Amino acid sequence: MSSITSSAPFSAEEIASVGLKPEEYEEIVRRLGRHPNQAELGMFGVMWSEHCCYKNSRPLLKQFPTTGDRILVGPGENAGVVDLGDGLRLAFKIESHNHPSAVEPFQGAATGVGGILRDIFTMGARPIALLNSLRFGSLEDAHTRQLFTGVVSGIAHYGNAVGVPTVGGEIYFDPAYSSNPLVNVMALGLMETPEIVKSGAAGVGNPVLYVGSTTGRDGMGGASFASAELSDESEQDRPAVQVGDPFLEKSLIEACLEAFKTGAVVAAQDMGAAGITCSTSEMAARGGVGIELDLDRIPVRETGMVPYEYLLSESQERMLFVAYKGREQELITIFHRWGLQAVVAGTVIAEPVVRILFQGEIAAEIPAAALAENTPLYHRDKLGEPPEFIRQACQWTSDRLPTCTPTGIETPDGFRTWNEILLTLLDTPSIASKRWVYRQYDHQVQNNTVILPGRADAAVIRLRPPSSSKGVAATVDCNSRYVYLDPYEGAKAVVAEAARNLSCVGAEPLAVTDNLNFGNPEKPIGYWQLAEACRGLADACRELGTPVTGGNVSLYNETIAPTGQPQPIYPTPVVGMVGLIPDLTRVCGQGWQAKGDLIYLLGRCLTALDRLTLGGSEYLATIHHTVAGSPPRVDFKLERLVQATCREGIRQGWVRSAHDCAEGGVVVALAEACISGGLGADVNLTPTVHKDMSWRWDCVLFGEGGAQIVVSILPELQVIWEAYLQQHLGNDWQKLGSVGNSDTSLRVFTADTQLVIDAKIKEMSNRYSKAIERRLTF
Amino acid sequence: MKFGVVVFPGSNCDRDVAYVTRDLLQQPTRMVWHESTDISDLDVVVIPGGFSYGDYLRCGAIARFSPIMRSVVEHARQGKFVLGICNGFQILTEVGLLPGTLVRNRDLHFICARVPVKVERTDLPWTQAYVTGQIITLPIAHGEGRYYASLDILKQLEDHNQVLFRYEAPNLNGSTNSIAGICNQQGNVFGMMPHPERASDPMLGSTDGMGLFKGLLEGVGAIA
Repeated sequence: MSSITSSAPFSAEEIASVGLKPEEYEEIVRRLGRHPNQAELGMFGVMWSEHCCYKNSRPLLKQFPTTGDRILVGPGENAGVVDLGDGLRLAFKIESHNHPSAVEPFQGAATGVGGILRDIFTMGARPIALLNSLRFGSLEDAHTRQLFTGVVSGIAHYGNAVGVPTVGGEIYFDPAYSSNPLVNVMALGLMETPEIVKSGAAGVGNPVLYVGSTTGRDGMGGASFASAELSDESEQDRPAVQVGDPFLEKSLIEACLEAFKTGAVVAAQDMGAAGITCSTSEMAARGGVGIELDLDRIPVRETGMVPYEYLLSESQERMLFVAYKGREQELITIFHRWGLQAVVAGTVIAEPVVRILFQGEIAAEIPAAALAENTPLYHRDKLGEPPEFIRQACQWTSDRLPTCTPTGIETPDGFRTWNEILLTLLDTPSIASKRWVYRQYDHQVQNNTVILPGRADAAVIRLRPPSSSKGVAATVDCNSRYVYLDPYEGAKAVVAEAARNLSCVGAEPLAVTDNLNFGNPEKPIGYWQLAEACRGLADACRELGTPVTGGNVSLYNETIAPTGQPQPIYPTPVVGMVGLIPDLTRVCGQGWQAKGDLIYLLGRCLTALDRLTLGGSEYLATIHHTVAGSPPRVDFKLERLVQATCREGIRQGWVRSAHDCAEGGVVVALAEACISGGLGADVNLTPTVHKDMSWRWDCVLFGEGGAQIVVSILPELQVIWEAYLQQHLGNDWQKLGSVGNSDTSLRVFTADTQLVIDAKIKEMSNRYSKAIERRLTF
Repeated sequence: MKFGVVVFPGSNCDRDVAYVTRDLLQQPTRMVWHESTDISDLDVVVIPGGFSYGDYLRCGAIARFSPIMRSVVEHARQGKFVLGICNGFQILTEVGLLPGTLVRNRDLHFICARVPVKVERTDLPWTQAYVTGQIITLPIAHGEGRYYASLDILKQLEDHNQVLFRYEAPNLNGSTNSIAGICNQQGNVFGMMPHPERASDPMLGSTDGMGLFKGLLEGVGAIA
């Protein structure tokens, strides 16, 4: 066996082609004490990409709170794990597949689902639910429609076949995402093995098993591709997009869980980005040992591959195991029974290196830590003050809008009544019903979906065994317009909204997984946005007691326009949050339940108009075509109180429906409760302010403020309920009105019984439920 | 009464069916691996939903050749009970135990929804817990659920009252004669696209599908 020989130095182009910078190449040479060969250069290229090593974001991620009473596994493993009590342990994680989906929406989204599921079952957990957070451009644009329908079909294709219900999510449409859509997928799983399966290799001499699918040339260098900006040439990167096989994944889930239960597995790691390179180096580095792997033993799907291709292939549905010596055959038998590949391809070695053998020679040998742990880190300087466009946008105030009347307002599209404005907002794809989407997802398989999509603010899943009355709630959220206008306050609002959505179904928020979708961090504004948002997430997670257990970073989300101008997306820190429901018989949807029920607003009420704003609101963007102003500031004390009050109200059985006020403010929330429940409502929204205080109708109706929940209760409970509210919320609540008959209207009155809005449920429902479908069928 | 739930690689509703028969109804239930052949101990074989062998060809086209299906055909010939749900229904038509076929939904999309279904006949164990003409709500979740058959076969099905479940308007997938579930002429083999096992647990809000399993318990119990 010949030892490795240094090859001649690579050209600047070759170094750049694997995504490395010249100074990073110098560092590699320094660490190896020689020049790398082609395969090694490729390995460094992917492992030192932002996607794999977080070289730009790691210093920022450090500020996240990551520990807590219920946190069993925090960041650093394949997924986070929280303790739900009674022996129930929940694994969960979010991951992005933005760049692949931009180039090949169907397979890009499908393999996004496959990848996040592997992170879950690699830990020994059975996947029980999927959610997704999607961003596209405007549906009026044909290319966006193609991306959108492709992504939805891809998620449906993979999720439905693999048998994990897609129970919730969010979708926004905004030109900021035109050619750089975001596809973030979150998965939840319930631990089935007594021990949580970790990824650190251990036990010198233990066999390393390759299991699952075969290796081919698909998905070459996907991690490097994901860490570069998209351009017209990105289409040519199509081979960097992998092709998924949900059938194989389903078999892999069953085989892995069976294998873990034998106790013969020491450690496991899925092969995601950078395939064999990433799994071998991370397992070795985390265990403080080395791995020697023989490529000739790897099952392949095509011939003539060179080490570079083996090492960088991102063929899907593959895993690497370390097994106890002598028990490998037991495992191989299980995988073969499921029709899957399983071979002993290597050994754990004492020397802490990744040594790759090919045709009897050493094809690559790199210290594991150099690839997976001791990776480059860039501390960048944050801008001292907000960039100019933010300062300008913040100067906007609602005084710049025309004067309101009780009837309506002048808009760029002519005079509009409040009624028309409500209907327009309900018809906005970002607000409208996502039925067209979730109807294509099997959201009931596994028989645990307690609340169906579209009926509540968060998904609710029953936890089997059925002896447990516990459930888990999950949500993904991000109002990226807020984050764009104020990354720090906006990021705080994201966390607050996620917690509020969980509270609205009666769940206690537990922990967070985050997906940071941002632009280029090497640019001052891009880094400032990332740094400010991370600070906001960290502060909010601390304030709300929801530690971060891991997540994903997707940077370089910019589109190079044909003019050469980079166009960054809105900074989009998506928060996935899980919550515990102690008693599944006490959960809540968003729709009204019965005529006569009383409607209350918890939190920032209309007497506190200074706390509501049109800055960054959906109303301002959709109706006045303006993205400006300061988004609402989070009041954590009030947020905690409002959420706890709502949860306790649900637990007591008092609250019959709960819905948070988000985009479109209180009126859109009321309209959604009407549509969902099929019942009308009569409400009085006049602010009871001092007569000298000026206020605007649009701010009352459509202003956004956070810390607001609309609930309904049985009329018999009015006295108890109001006493309870007074005790817990002081003056931060307001009785709005009562639920009406079926097939009537949402009527909004002033104090002197003047009608401001009178919208028929049928018409609202029609606009709301067909907004997306209608835009796809012309 | 002993239930067997067939598990193909790619089945994904097998555990859901077993949850209903074993956990909710307390009946002995065993999972039957697709390569096994001895099912003589079983009273009822359930072929569950999912994507058997990936269903990359035509749904059920590969499953029909599996070792277990030879035994299922024999089990049916003996007059014992066979239930195919969703992918199971597709497999039963592929293997020839039921006539017709299931093709892509009319709008070419996968549809997951709760739909009204009319019970057409109640003199068989499958449906005896219902009232003739009763409208129940059952979940559907399929991409290829549109029942199709030649006019001759449709006439035979209708003449022999083999349609047990029919979609009420809207017939979302566009099935011929709004067919949601049919049995063979003997009445011991039944296939349906809706998922009764997903509408059996009060915790999940609907129990309209439980009648099918309960009817089976009483009916088959009486015969056995």
